[in-house]
Amino acid sequence: MSLFRTILFVAALAGIGTGVVVAAIHLFTTVPLIVQAESFEGSAPEEAAPHEHAPGTAAHEHSHDGEEWAPADGIERNGLTVLFTVLTGFGFALLLVAASELTGGLTGWRQGLLWGLAGFAAFTLAPGLGLPPELPAMPAADVAARQMWWIGTAAATAAGLALVVFGRSPLFAVLGITLILAPQLIGAPQPDSYETPIPEALHHSFVVASVTVSFVFWVLLGGLAGWLRPRFASHA
Amino acid sequence: MNSPHSRTTAASSQSAASRAIPITLAALLGVFVIGGVGFSQIGPMHNATHDVRHAAAFPCH
Repeated sequence: MSLFRTILFVAALAGIGTGVVVAAIHLFTTVPLIVQAESFEGSAPEEAAPHEHAPGTAAHEHSHDGEEWAPADGIERNGLTVLFTVLTGFGFALLLVAASELTGGLTGWRQGLLWGLAGFAAFTLAPGLGLPPELPAMPAADVAARQMWWIGTAAATAAGLALVVFGRSPLFAVLGITLILAPQLIGAPQPDSYETPIPEALHHSFVVASVTVSFVFWVLLGGLAGWLRPRFASHA
Repeated sequence: MNSPHSRTTAASSQSAASRAIPITLAALLGVFVIGGVGFSQIGPMHNATHDVRHAAAFPCH
C-alpha cells in the first residue's frame, strides 16, 4: 500500500473512531453549556446595566440572524456536531500521522499516545492559555486576529516540541523552548472589555469541560492511530 | 562513483524524497480539513460548525 493511502486510511479510521466517541461526550457536556449561554445573548451588558462602552467594543454579535442558513435545533444541529467532530478528528489525525511518518512512522499505541499528548499540548493547551474556550455572548477580540494567533501558537508549539524531542544538540532544545514561549510572550488578542452577561461559574465549567474533552480526543486519536499504523503498514 | 557506499546513499535519499511527497500531501489535506471545520468564515459554514468550534475552543466569532 502506498504511503499516502496508509496515512489516509489510518487517519480516517482514527478520526471516525475518535470523532464518534468524543462527539457523544460533547453532546452531554459542552453542548448543553453552549445552549445555556445562548440564552444570555439577548441580554447584552448594555441592557442589563446601562454604561459607556469604549469604541470598538460592540456588543457581541452572533450570526444566528435568520438571514443565513443555520441548522435547526435538535437532530440537525447535533448531527452536524457529530459530523464535524469526526472531520476534526480526521484532519488532526492527518497532521499527527503525517508528522510521525517523518520519524519513521508510529510503531504502536503507546507511541501514538505520546504523539497525542503532544497534539494536546500544541492544539489545546498552548492556544488555550491565551484564548481560553469561550461561550457565545462573551466578548472577544477581532476573530481574524485571534485565528492568526491561534494558528501561529499551535505551529510554534508543535515545532518547538519537535526540536526538543528530535533535536540533536542542546541548542535545538533551547530554540524549541524559545519557540514554545514566544507566542505566550507576544500574547493573544484580547477584547477591550471583558464585561459579559455569562456567569463566571458557567464559563468556568465550560473551560474545564472543553479542555478535558479535548484531552480525551487527543489521547484516543493518538492511541488509535498508533495502534492502527503497524496493521496497515504490514500490507505495504 | 559506483562504489557500494554512494549507491546506498543515493537509494536512501531517493526513498526520503519519495516519502516527502505523500507526507506533504497528507499534511496539506489535514490543514484543508481543519481550515474548513475550524476557521472558515463563510456564514452557513460558521453556523453548521458553531457548536464544534466553541466546544473545541477554535476562535469562533
